[in-house]
Amino acid sequence: MLYLDIIIAGLLTGAVYGLMALGLSVIFGVIRVVNFAHGEMMVVGMYAAYLIAVKTGLDPIAALPLVTAGLFLLGYALQRGLINRYIARPEHEQFLLLLAIATIITASLLMGFGPDARSVQLDYAYDSFQLGPLLLDKVRVLAAVGAVLGVALLWGFFRLTRTGKAIRACADNQIGAQVVGLDVKRLYAVTFGLGAACVGAAGCLMLLLIDVQPYIATDYTLLAFIIVILGGLGSMPGALLGGALVGVSEALSGFAVDPSLKSAFSFALLILVLLVRPQGLLGRA
Amino acid sequence: MRSGRFPILPRRAAAALALFVAAMLALPFFVNSYIVSVLVVVLFAAYFGQAWNIVTGFAGQLSLGHALYVGLGAYTSAALFTRYGLPPWIGMLAGIAVAALAGGIIAALSFRFRVGGVYFALLTIAFAEFTRILFDHFDGVGAASGLFLPVSSLARDDVLLLRGSPVMFYYLLLALTLGALALCHDLLRRRIGYYWQAIREDEEAAQALGIDVFRYKVAAMALSAAMTSVGGAFLAFYENNLYPDTVFAVGRSIEIITAPIIGGLGTLFGPILGAFVLTTLGEAMTSLSSGFTLNGLKQWCYGAALLLIVALQPAGLWPWLRARLGIGAVRR
Amino acid sequence: MSVPPLLEVRGLAKRFRGLQAVDGVSFAVPKGGIVALIGPNGAGKTTTFNLIAGVFAPDRGSVVLDGADITGLRPDRACHAGIGRTFQMVKPFGALTVLENVMVGAFKASADSGAVRQAALEILDRLGLAGKAGTVANSLTLPERKKLETARALATRPKILLLDEVMAGLRPTEIDAMVRTFADLSREMGLAILLTEHVMRAVMALSHHIVVLHHGQKICEGTPEQVSRDPRVLECYLGSAATAVGMG
Repeated sequence: MLYLDIIIAGLLTGAVYGLMALGLSVIFGVIRVVNFAHGEMMVVGMYAAYLIAVKTGLDPIAALPLVTAGLFLLGYALQRGLINRYIARPEHEQFLLLLAIATIITASLLMGFGPDARSVQLDYAYDSFQLGPLLLDKVRVLAAVGAVLGVALLWGFFRLTRTGKAIRACADNQIGAQVVGLDVKRLYAVTFGLGAACVGAAGCLMLLLIDVQPYIATDYTLLAFIIVILGGLGSMPGALLGGALVGVSEALSGFAVDPSLKSAFSFALLILVLLVRPQGLLGRA
Repeated sequence: MRSGRFPILPRRAAAALALFVAAMLALPFFVNSYIVSVLVVVLFAAYFGQAWNIVTGFAGQLSLGHALYVGLGAYTSAALFTRYGLPPWIGMLAGIAVAALAGGIIAALSFRFRVGGVYFALLTIAFAEFTRILFDHFDGVGAASGLFLPVSSLARDDVLLLRGSPVMFYYLLLALTLGALALCHDLLRRRIGYYWQAIREDEEAAQALGIDVFRYKVAAMALSAAMTSVGGAFLAFYENNLYPDTVFAVGRSIEIITAPIIGGLGTLFGPILGAFVLTTLGEAMTSLSSGFTLNGLKQWCYGAALLLIVALQPAGLWPWLRARLGIGAVRR
Repeated sequence: MSVPPLLEVRGLAKRFRGLQAVDGVSFAVPKGGIVALIGPNGAGKTTTFNLIAGVFAPDRGSVVLDGADITGLRPDRACHAGIGRTFQMVKPFGALTVLENVMVGAFKASADSGAVRQAALEILDRLGLAGKAGTVANSLTLPERKKLETARALATRPKILLLDEVMAGLRPTEIDAMVRTFADLSREMGLAILLTEHVMRAVMALSHHIVVLHHGQKICEGTPEQVSRDPRVLECYLGSAATAVGMG
């Protein structure tokens, strides 16, 4: 049963990873820009939730809607003000731009909060549920439920709303979308905002699970890359599947092999998938 | 019609290059040891940038994991030296073989399965990170606690064993950088250089003109990796200690590629200029922020500078400077 | 005549996701011959080109060039076998100069940069692009880019040149000049040419033989006079003549 507990814990963490990676996947799927500042944006979400918790005593989950809205605005503004100008530029210029943004974000957080790890005190941090033979951590369950809700909301947005459908049309055929009179630049800004909102929400949930520190950003950018490529860049269910796989792989290798080797397993998984099925597990060829 | 664009170096560019070389040769006689150590960092960045520029600037394949080849070159030569007493120049050859093989295999796997563009870039990061973690657990080379070279107690510089002063390393790296410049200049004039650029500009058109795209892409990656590993070997013997977390770091890969992008991707002199600008910028920020104790100020200014450059001169500083200096295009 | 044709296409077929783009097309191009492939938009001309040049492998059928079976050969191998092609959507090497673009093609025959440069300059001269040799390809006009496509393909010294709408956008006098250039090239070097073109003026003046495609099938072939009098051609082709003229 121990292994089953570990797998479940991995799945629950994986749901949060999935929400985080979904942001990257949506941005790439529509705008065709790789957000190299993705982990940095998650860390912004974590610090925002931390700050709210410290100042008002609000739980990160309660702060989530506010943080998500804030990150949406940040993403919207970034795309409108900066990234939109680089959409048609070569990959390396986009890379440099997002690297600059990432550097500025991390530096700003360092200036504001210093390099030390911060965490929120939750009175339910060590609570757990007994579900049949399984033992579940309360924080993980809450985080996973939040993540799944986030994914469902985003899915509903893309399926049911006018703007969501317009964004999907943009992703399928940018020129066609322009021809029928869609404001592509604005839709791109909304998309980047949504991607940022996803990763911001994931940041709030991650704060339940880990401490926050400016320098963890790069690791999470890489983690998001691994997940979306595993699942298939641009595929929504793929991001969730990728998140679950990485969550479980990390939990198992951390327990059975060596915690410091857990990301090696994730990278090995990524390399394997890229070589066997480069479009990702659920990606379209 | 501009016909001065062709292989022969325009006179003015040749003169500028001669002036640059003379200044670099004379510099250590006039500056203190701090400046020499900064210049060594500049030359490392310039050389690594030149090596990376081949695969990404010339052949158009975005590699984001070049720290892998720095690390393979560094660890191979250092381990052969500490464990078997093999002179670094021989270890360097072994490093070249290892790195070229690794680069060739990664490229071959990626391009065989048509992993292109962003996927290729992320695959290169994945291999670099994977290797970093492996070396963290590789006891034969000290694992995470590092591999150390015996610090020289010699009064004289020993070029054969690469034990000596920063000034010795300065000149060696200067030679390496100028050698790489000459090599790149030569490559661009040859068939392989034309083919790489054709592939960068349009793969389908290149293939229709009879170019075996796969072969040339793999060759670019293998050569770039091999050259990078030579720099890695020098880095090992200059710094005398190797930790997987710094040698193979993602941060190093990013540093390697920032200089040539800022200098001018695909240009001959861009990586060198970019290395000067970036390193100087970094040093200036460090000395500036040492006055205050505000964490992150240095990085903040660095990020802002990057943003400024990508906003104002996205094609890089060298094309702009070249026009200012009135040096026709040395090439591009 | 018992001389085998230079290029022989037999029963070529290709299907894309439910669309039969090319359906059992056969024709031949003799050595030094100029054959036009015409038909309304979507008739399968460009797909036929891509099947010959190796961009896709055909589902059925064969392509034989100068006695060698080149069916399904990769584009670079097809080029080495003697196929030179242009792209309808031009693909210049944008950051390189016109001369460098053509040199890339000429490097197929030699690794000597000096000789390659000379050969490229001669071709540019022939196509009236010599004055643009040092210009970066990105700053060319569309007709110039079309010429550059042709120059680059010619530089590989093909046995047969596949021209995909290289006259589009040219003025009538320029079209006449291009027609003359191609006719000369074909006569002097024994170069065979297979072209698709919406500019009927060029097709009629240049080609010895015309193959008409419609919905992926060959509906008739013959000399320009025969084809222009064929009722089936008039029916299918003139039916959509409005678009064809509009394109020209």
